[in-house]
Amino acid sequence: MRHFRLFFLLALLFVPAPAGAQPPTPSPDEFQPISEVPPGEQIPAMNLVGAAYGFVWLALVGYVWSLGRRLQKTETDLARLERKGP
Amino acid sequence: MTTAVKAQLAVAALMFAAAPWVIDAAPYEATMGLVYKIYFFHMPSAWMFLIAAIVAGVASARFLFTKRQASDATAVAAAELAVVFGLLALVTGPLWARKAWGVWWVWDPRLTSSLLVFLIFVAYLLLRQFGGPGSDKLSAGLALFGMANVPFVYVSVNYWRTMHPKTSVVPTLPVSMGIPLWYCVFAFLLLFLALLSMRAALERQRMRLDALYLSHDED
Repeated sequence: MRHFRLFFLLALLFVPAPAGAQPPTPSPDEFQPISEVPPGEQIPAMNLVGAAYGFVWLALVGYVWSLGRRLQKTETDLARLERKGP
Repeated sequence: MTTAVKAQLAVAALMFAAAPWVIDAAPYEATMGLVYKIYFFHMPSAWMFLIAAIVAGVASARFLFTKRQASDATAVAAAELAVVFGLLALVTGPLWARKAWGVWWVWDPRLTSSLLVFLIFVAYLLLRQFGGPGSDKLSAGLALFGMANVPFVYVSVNYWRTMHPKTSVVPTLPVSMGIPLWYCVFAFLLLFLALLSMRAALERQRMRLDALYLSHDED
């Protein structure tokens, strides 16, 4: 009986897990159709290209605008102080 | 703002406005398809980032040896531009990587060292803003450290195993891809030079303003 219990426990180790317990992962030697990739993993290239170019444009325009504003402010302050005299 | 700077800004703005058509004319890359076109803004941003880091380092070294305020103003301007262009490179890179590599970020030598140089210049600006008296010399040392990392960033892709394209990609580009790339590099360089002049002028004005405030306080 004891031997039978040990054999049963060892046999359990080699029983394959149910197929539904883990998501099927494609082997590196297989091709996976794009339709089988989960929707969350698919990002159209156009969105990424648009986001990249949009970010660069917005960041550069924003920086030029902020630089212009800071220059204008210091010029105004300088003019005010120079008018005041020493 | 001088006429030369205004002209540079105008030409750069025109070139940026026409860039989508120039880039659209480039053919798709065989394995990456459309997404590789991020390269045309990513690589010039990264180059301007490294150039800005070198300018900040050289100007800081001059400031440390000569104590010239004009060099310090150039160093501050270049450090701020290193942060701006570094941010552009560090945002556009992961957008490209997500499609090309399947991940937004990997801790490989090129990406990690670029992030390190970016953070050094962020620290530089924070030090200038909140460091108080003496922060100009301390931040100059920081800029030298940032500049020392630039060669490492550049060659890292050639010496370590990485998914990032190697430096040999640029000279081997076919003409149809090379023309849009050099067009964008020239547009970014013009913009960089105009912004460097503007930002350095702003810093010189701030220095004059500080001196005027001090003289008023003494009176």
